Amino acid sequence: MRWAVPEAEFVDPGTLGCQGCGGALSMRLVLKEVGDDAIAVLPACCWSIIDGPWPTHALRIPVFHTAFETAAVVAAGIKAAKRRQGRDTTVIAWAGDGGTFDIGLQALSGAAERNEDILYVCYDNEAYMNTGIQRSSATPRGTWTTTTPDENPEPRIKKDIMGIIAAHRIPYAATATAAYPEDLARKVRTAMEARGGMRFLHILAACPPGWKVAADQAIEVMRRAVRSRVFPLYEVRDGRHYTITYRPEPVLPIEEYLGLQGRFAPFGADPALVAAARREVDDRWAWLEEQHERSLQPATT
Amino acid sequence: MPERLLLTGNHAAAYGAMLSRAEVISAYPITPQTMIVELLSELTASGKLDATFITVESEHSAMAACVGASAAGARTYTATSGQGLALMHEMLHWAVGARLPVVLTNVSRAMAPGWSIWADQTDILSQRDVGWMMLFAESVQEAQDFIIWSYRVAEQVHLPAMVGMDAFILSHTAEPLIVHDQSAVDAYLPKFEPIYALDPEDPRAYGGLVNRDHYFELRYKIFEAMDRAGELLVAAGEEFGEVLGRRYAPLEGYLLDDAEYVIVSAGALTSNVRQAVRDARARGIKVGLLRLVAFRPFPVAAMRRILAGRRKVAVLDRNMGPGHSGIFAAEVRSALFGSSSAPEVFDYVVGLGGRDVRVETILEVLDDLITRDDPEMALFVGVKGLPIGPIRKEAEVLR
Ligand SMILES: Cc1ncc(C[n+]2csc(CCOP(=O)(O)OP(=O)(O)O)c2C)c(N)n1
Ligand SMILES: [Mg+2]
Repeated sequence: MRWAVPEAEFVDPGTLGCQGCGGALSMRLVLKEVGDDAIAVLPACCWSIIDGPWPTHALRIPVFHTAFETAAVVAAGIKAAKRRQGRDTTVIAWAGDGGTFDIGLQALSGAAERNEDILYVCYDNEAYMNTGIQRSSATPRGTWTTTTPDENPEPRIKKDIMGIIAAHRIPYAATATAAYPEDLARKVRTAMEARGGMRFLHILAACPPGWKVAADQAIEVMRRAVRSRVFPLYEVRDGRHYTITYRPEPVLPIEEYLGLQGRFAPFGADPALVAAARREVDDRWAWLEEQHERSLQPATT
Repeated sequence: MPERLLLTGNHAAAYGAMLSRAEVISAYPITPQTMIVELLSELTASGKLDATFITVESEHSAMAACVGASAAGARTYTATSGQGLALMHEMLHWAVGARLPVVLTNVSRAMAPGWSIWADQTDILSQRDVGWMMLFAESVQEAQDFIIWSYRVAEQVHLPAMVGMDAFILSHTAEPLIVHDQSAVDAYLPKFEPIYALDPEDPRAYGGLVNRDHYFELRYKIFEAMDRAGELLVAAGEEFGEVLGRRYAPLEGYLLDDAEYVIVSAGALTSNVRQAVRDARARGIKVGLLRLVAFRPFPVAAMRRILAGRRKVAVLDRNMGPGHSGIFAAEVRSALFGSSSAPEVFDYVVGLGGRDVRVETILEVLDDLITRDDPEMALFVGVKGLPIGPIRKEAEVLR
């Protein structure tokens, strides 16, 4: 079988990523489809480090580092200038979950509402990892972080960033993960074809130190997130048309996702947390199936 | 041919951005700056100005958009005021560290709370140490021209610049404005040619990790560039006179030749100082005016030279730095420190939150200056129920 992912590499070896870093792998896969006529905007996040210290850096495209909450709008500014120079360079805003769900949400919403012609990628490792594993609004209920210790784990469900993005009715949004590289590559391709407006990719990215998994389990844990339906793979066109792109069969019991990771230790101590997580996952999947079904119907308007 | 129009300071600023051929503009409305945003939107929509206008959701994003566009090689402009400038603060630093010659107009307004939209320069002076060049306009003409002058120097030293103008007193006051001939401005201000710009053909990383081996030198280079900006401002101000007919300089003196007393002022209230100086001269008082046009880089040497040997100096501060003094006075005192013939500097805090500073107010300040012996740290002018003087502990003044 031929692997439907381009062989070209745009990330040089020797990044400062930790072993098994899902964020580093995601960048490598995304750039394979984007190519080299691109500019990356990196707000404060692990990727501020991963690209390497001056005077060297790992990406084979220009990188502009910026403040934590500004990825989307700095990308929009760069795109505006490039367009005036007659260039259709792809400008990628590449931010973590903190820079997307939390502090960068305002600028992201502004850019999405204006339908800026940028590719926004959120690599979601479900906490502030750069600063040493503090909760974000992407941290799932019941998770240990250094600001939600075992005795008082994260009390709230993960923020529905895809719902927020869909509400902006941008041309294309999708979830993906490096454990399913061909699905990811196809979504980047689709995003590239939807140029002209805002594209958003929500990529789940394992963080071995933050999730307390062995580095060699990073891909396995991302795969289990999909197989247990904790992280469904789907696309949303124009904020309205949903397509589930992968249906795990059989569905993996959620315990097999949770059990692999030390950050979910509070679940072991509280069976009610597991039941609640299972319910949330089932509800979300049922809702997605409804959206998928609805999207297959001919338009009524 | 230059055009002669009757315009407000705000509209003149928009014309300044247009004449400078700003390519990417991003701004967010705030009273009393809003007219700048509105006119620039009209000028771009009508095609009179060939620019891309990004209507962002905040001032933080306005500066961020300018930072991005500038890094990609575009000439960028924004305008704000008070709360907006404060919100931009983090990205103001970014423009400096990334060495991007963004130019902005700040219509100086009082900081909240309580809400006040009136003139007060504490907003812009709070950005003193960020590394932006700072100019203070006194007239509608300067609100336009200083933008052009700023770009000229900013793009040579790769540092951003802000032009201050006072809320309402300048922003909303109409005066005759000479709108320069575009080709003359083009001759004065060539196209922005950055040393580096984001380009996939040259895939560099900008602004990433630097360790303790390099950060210090990067800051040193910023300091050095600001130092160079001092000389370049003088040269570019003279060239402005040659090409566009109006000569500008970091300091402007008025009736200084034989002056024993000097009043130092910046911004629109200086026009009233001019009148007060004329009135006092008519009464035989040897007083002159020294206007601070450039605040960053601070014209230290010229100020020392001009103020040496004077009897007394009054600095008018429409701002304050609690725990110390007015901000201009602190700067003037520091510039004069160690000079053997330096006069004593009296700091008069006036007109906070848009309280009127009339010609009579300045004449009262002058009388006080002549008779007062102890300069104290700061002297407040016009606080209800109090004579001109230092703060009175525990005195109730709110009535
Ligand atoms: C305004 C501001 N606040 C806080 C920080 C400190 N900070 C840097 S990165 C970071 C967390 C980033 O989290 P996320 O976006 O999820 O990316 P990750 O590090 O997990 O890859 C924080 C809090 C900052 N740089 N700027
Ligand atoms: Mg994170």
